[in-house]
Amino acid sequence: MAVGKEIRTKIASIKNTQKITRAMEMVAASKMRKTKDRMQATRPYSKKISQIINHLSHANPEYKHPYMIEREVKRVGIIVISSDRGLCGGLNANLFRTILNQMQQWNSRNIEIDICTVGGKAANFFSNINANVIGQVAKLGDTPHQIDVIGVIKIMLDAYESGSIDQLHVINNEFVNTMTQKPMMTQLLPVVAGDLEEDLSGHWDYLYEPGAKEVLDHLLQRYVESIVYQGLVENNACEQAARMVAMKSASDNAGNIIKELQLVYNKARQAAITQEISEIVAGAAAV
Amino acid sequence: MTIHVDIVSAEQEVYSGLAEMLFAPAELGEVGIAPRHAPLITKLKPGEVRVKISDKESQEFYVSGGLLEVQPHVVTVLADTAIRAHDIDEAQALQAKARAEELLTDKSGKVDYARAQAQLAEAVMQLRTLERLRKRGS
Repeated sequence: MAVGKEIRTKIASIKNTQKITRAMEMVAASKMRKTKDRMQATRPYSKKISQIINHLSHANPEYKHPYMIEREVKRVGIIVISSDRGLCGGLNANLFRTILNQMQQWNSRNIEIDICTVGGKAANFFSNINANVIGQVAKLGDTPHQIDVIGVIKIMLDAYESGSIDQLHVINNEFVNTMTQKPMMTQLLPVVAGDLEEDLSGHWDYLYEPGAKEVLDHLLQRYVESIVYQGLVENNACEQAARMVAMKSASDNAGNIIKELQLVYNKARQAAITQEISEIVAGAAAV
Repeated sequence: MTIHVDIVSAEQEVYSGLAEMLFAPAELGEVGIAPRHAPLITKLKPGEVRVKISDKESQEFYVSGGLLEVQPHVVTVLADTAIRAHDIDEAQALQAKARAEELLTDKSGKVDYARAQAQLAEAVMQLRTLERLRKRGS
């Protein structure tokens, strides 16, 4: 039958698209499980080291490490962690929007901004808007290692030590649950004192072995590295979750369109049959 | 009296619980941490961290360096890699030691001595931990 050839080809092509989105959804789902495990495995370390840093900022040390001293802010550094690939809904767009808002606030206070990017999407975005990108790393894959991000961290730490930046932030997506990911900005340097779980008031300080400078150098560097790495694995889990959700809704939408087209096609077919019958009947009556 | 001990490595939480005492290989020599110890932060050498849970029971972990933080009621070990002492593959440790020694004797000048020495210290400590475990077992 010659009816609705265009509709049939359209249905076929949407079905193909649906197959692809469904496959991507399933791949993302299985990857998400793995990345989530990895995220949870590294969480205790970053949590503990943050706690120690927090204790430290409540101590009254004789030696003040440069990373713990507040300076007047003229220039800030941010490490942006994004995904390498797209097709993950509004994940990166939301992240960049948050950063742009923050950048506007800084600009209005005449604070300049240096950026290091982790992940391909951030590199593209920030070079397009002509931001001052001083370091970038991309194509880290699904199993990033701490060693991959040490380069950009080093750039930022050197800049902080030489005094060219006065604050260091890291921005990544926070994994709330599979359906929700939200951009999160953490100030790394100078170290901010958070709330304490236990009471540590009073004048006290740690004993440092071998020496305060050596230990703090080591500790603070580890701290920055572990927070950035944690951000990276967390962002990875977010990416897979967001992709899974985006691909699921794409498959569902494809299903709806197919249903509608099928209805139109059936109606057209039925109309053609009815018309043919009525023609035959009319022809028979005439004889 | 007990003290809360947390041992975490970059990849996972290794141990969390109450203990009577904790022994760790600090950079200036082995330290024993009892409850109500003064606040302390120290770097760790490669070696064995021993958690004494009670008079009869204790657990060992191997660390290849890291940091130790002491608060009066909490001790945190941030290990670079903390493997359960039982998990160490002796053959691998021996191999690593052999490799490191080879590097030390090879004076061709291309070798990174500091690194080789660190590797050697690590391998020796792993072996010592294993020996101690075996003695206790037999």
